[in-house]
This record gives sequence, C-alpha cells and structure tokens, in this order.
Amino acid sequence: MSAVAEIDGAATATVHARRTAVERKMMRRGFLFVAPAVLLLLAIYVIPVIVLAGFSVTDYQLGALSTRFVGIDNFVNAFNDQVFMRAMKNTVIYALIVIPLGVGLALGVALLVHGRKRSRAFWEAAYFLPVTATLVAMATVWQFLLHPSIGPVNAAIKWMGFEPVSFLSDPSLLIPTMAMIGVWQVLGFNMVLFLAGLTAIPQDLYEAARLDGAKNPIDRFFTVTWPMLGPTTLFVVVTTSISAFKVFETVAVLTKGRFGSEVLLFSLYLEGFEYSNTGYAAALTLIFLAIILVLSIGQTVHLDRKVHY
Amino acid sequence: MSRLRSFLPHLVLAAGAFVVLLPFYWMFLTSIRSPAEIFDVSLWPIPKDFSAGENFERAARQVPMARFMLNGAIVCFGILAVQILTAVPAAYALAKLKFPGRKLLLTLVIAALCVPMQALALPLFVGLARAELLNTYFAMMAPFFLSVFAIFLFHQSFRSYPDEIIEAARMDGFSEMEICWGLVLRGSLPSLAAFSVFSLVAHWNDLYWPMIVVTDINLAPPPLGMLFFADVESGANYGALMAGAALITAPMLVCFLLARRHFIAGITMTGVK
Repeated sequence: MSAVAEIDGAATATVHARRTAVERKMMRRGFLFVAPAVLLLLAIYVIPVIVLAGFSVTDYQLGALSTRFVGIDNFVNAFNDQVFMRAMKNTVIYALIVIPLGVGLALGVALLVHGRKRSRAFWEAAYFLPVTATLVAMATVWQFLLHPSIGPVNAAIKWMGFEPVSFLSDPSLLIPTMAMIGVWQVLGFNMVLFLAGLTAIPQDLYEAARLDGAKNPIDRFFTVTWPMLGPTTLFVVVTTSISAFKVFETVAVLTKGRFGSEVLLFSLYLEGFEYSNTGYAAALTLIFLAIILVLSIGQTVHLDRKVHY
Repeated sequence: MSRLRSFLPHLVLAAGAFVVLLPFYWMFLTSIRSPAEIFDVSLWPIPKDFSAGENFERAARQVPMARFMLNGAIVCFGILAVQILTAVPAAYALAKLKFPGRKLLLTLVIAALCVPMQALALPLFVGLARAELLNTYFAMMAPFFLSVFAIFLFHQSFRSYPDEIIEAARMDGFSEMEICWGLVLRGSLPSLAAFSVFSLVAHWNDLYWPMIVVTDINLAPPPLGMLFFADVESGANYGALMAGAALITAPMLVCFLLARRHFIAGITMTGVK
C-alpha cells in the first residue's frame, strides 16, 4: 500500500515539477511581454497622478526657487476664485445645452435613418462628417459663417426681416453659440451609437407589440424602442457629458476666454501653462479629474461588463 | 398621403443634413472664390472669379502649411507605431499567458481608461520641461506611447482566439513572439484597423497637448498651425483662411469618404464595443 502511495507521490512530484517549470517559463514570458506597457503605465499614468496630487498641496511655480506646503489652500482658493467659478458655471451651462440636444437630436436622426434602406449609407456619412473633421479648422469656418456682417447665417436672418445676431461678440450668446457647435460635432457620433442600439432590437418585439394593440409608431416607440434602448441612451448621455466637460478647441479658437467665456479646461490651461501657477493648476486639475471620474463610472461599468462575460 | 409619409423622413433628414454640411460647403466655396467676393453670401457653387490658386498659395506663403501637414503625419504615425508595439504584446500576455499580477494589471488598465490625458498634462509638462525636451517631436508623442484603450481592445479580441491553435503552434516550435504577432494578431486585423483609425484621427485633430509643449511654429501639427494662421490673418483674408482649413481637414475627410465603414467603426468603437 505504502509503496503504491510512494510511487504515486513520486509521479505527482515529477508532474508537478514539470508543470512548475512550464509555468515558470510562461510567467517569465508574461512579465517580458507586459514590461514595456507596465513601465509606460508607471511613467505616464501612475507617477504623474502622484506628482499631481503632490503639487496640489504646494505653492509650486515652474522655475521658482522655493516651494512651500500650503495644505488645502489651493482648493479653498479655487472655490473663491471668481474666474474659476465662472469657468465652472460656463462649462455646466455648455453641458446642459449639449447633452439634451446632442442626445435628443441624435436619437431623432437615428430613428429616421434606421428606417431607410437604400439611402441609409448616404445619411450616415453626411451626419458623421463633422466627427472626423478637425474642430480647430471647422471652428474658424463657423466664425466666418456666423460673422455679423459678412456671414451667410446673418444674411439669412436679415433676409427674413430680423436684426442680425452677434453670435460671437455678445457675451450672453458666447456659450450657447459654442454649445451649438458642440452639438453639431457630437450629433453624428451619437447617431451611430443609437443606430447600433436600434439594430440590436429583435424585430419580433415590434410584431408582439403590434399584436398587443400598439397600433401606431409612437405607441411602439414607447413600448418597445425606448425601453430597449435604455442602456444605449445611458451610455450616450455619459460619453456626451464627458466630452462636454472637456470642451476646449472652440473656446481656444473663437473667444480665447474673452468676455468671461472661460471653460474648465481653458482656465486650467491658462493657470498651468500660461501663468505657470503649477501648484494651483494642479488643484484645479484634480477638481476636473474628479468630475470626469464621477461621469466615467457609468462608462466603465459598461466596458467592464465585456470583461466578465 | 402615403406618398407624403414616405417622403417626410427624407425631407427632415435633408434639412438636417443641410445644416450639418453647410460649414464644409462654405469652407470649400470660399476657398475657391476671390477675396473680393467676400460680401457675396449666395450659395451659388460657381464663383464669378475662380481664385483657388491664389487662396491656397497665400495660405502656403503666410504659414508653412506643408510643414504642418508633415509634422502631423510624423506625430500621428510615430504615436501609432509605438502604441501597437507596446499594446499588442501586453494584451497577448493578459489574454493568453498566466503570470502573477495579471488581474492587478488589468484593473490598472481599466482604471487608466477613465483618466483623460488633460488631467496628466501638468506633471508630464513639468517633467518634459525639466528634461529640456519641450519643442521636440518626442514631447508631442511621449504621453501617447501607451494606449490603455488599445490594450483593452486587443485583450478583448485576443481572448476569443482558440487556445488549441496556440498550443499546437508551441508544439511546432513557434516562438511566443511569432505566435503573438503572426497568429493571434492576424486573427484580430479588424480590431487593428479600427484602432489605427481611432488613433490617427484623435491625434491629427488634437490641439490641447501640442499647444502646451510646442511654441516653435515649425514643429506645429495642423490644428496648432491653424490656430497660428487664424491669429496671423485675424479675419483679414477669409479666402486664404478657408483654403488653410480645407487643407487641414482634407486628409481625414478624404480617408473617411474612401473607407467610411472602417472610420465609423474606428471612431465609435469606444462606444459600440
């Protein structure tokens, strides 16, 4: 009995040894394969985030000789800083215009495009074009289009008998005007996401709804399409709000923050890179990062589901 | 009635598309019109005085347009090459090899997906400034050498590659590198194409980071160059300005129209996947 057990044990040991050798080899390869990515992950993400947090509690200025620890002063100052608070307010207003319009119009367009058969590719391409275009260049074009005296938009407004609108010089219109450009740019992107969501809805659900008495398209939209699109809609709202909080190019081209039209990223850019208030800008960056992280939780949950299933 | 019903969606879509496409049309039209026609707000496609040559020539004379485009190409392809070189082996190891810390690394990758580049710009800028590397191609490319999104995407795609084939290839004496690049990546070519489009479009259009690390106009990629140009012209010559804008947007627009499917898949894959 014991002899058998011994032989058995010895066999297990050799199998075990061989397996650990293979495993060790695989382990070494694994480390080798991820090494460049891990080093870059440390250099680009991990260390900078730690350094950023460190800066945020000091009065560090790039090139300054001495630096002091100031605790949470930078954060307190940020919330008392009129310019930063105005930037925050502007960004929220911008987002409040871009999110409902960017999502709502995209859903409308997607519903219409989804019903087309032969012309679908054409409409898809037409509405998607702004997504690929360089926003900096297109913002210059918009500036011209909206020009009070030589732009075609105001020419059309005058032709209809109204007063010309100074879209880009009236301070109260700056943020709404830039938000409209934001909607113009995000529309095609959201449309494609909605089209993917619509395609995934099984056709027999519509048949079932029809048999259950949902006779007209509007009834069927509320009984089938809208509930089935729920996850897509949530996701589109999340990505749209993240991109709305990252608005930068239109401001950099059209107003450069004049007339109180700063947004979050633009004021962050000025503090950190134009005025070199590194410590203070680090605190602002952490506030910006916190907003984005809260918004991305939804997005990660969506992506994460793919990891487990 | 039913006639109207089938036409109505087209009508609404056409009205929307008119607004969406107007800036492109106006850009193109102004770039071929003579600057004297600046007060002409008609949308008539044939200019009285065809001066495309003049406008494009002025755009190229005022600022180094060709240089901007070349800078854009160098930066975009440089970034893409390093991203693929670092992400593919990492994704392969995460998907197909067992090693301690695998779960942790995957968690870190997913966490990093949420961190926007703009939040890392400040410490990266300070680091590059200390190393006296500002105003270099390296500074423009370095923060994007690792794409956590690429690792995530390739990991998803590689996982579905059959283990039996990898085992068989190992028996046949293929090295792990050959398996990774020659077999597994070849099975994920659509993902590779989509990611390449995503990366090229994102970096061709990026303004934020180049604006931070580049002050030398000769190193400016197209968006930063456009910003310089707009400041130089300051509304004086819209013909040249629109010619410049057309040149900068043209590469992406042309590629989009040629490979529409790939483009839509690439740019929206952050969402659809």
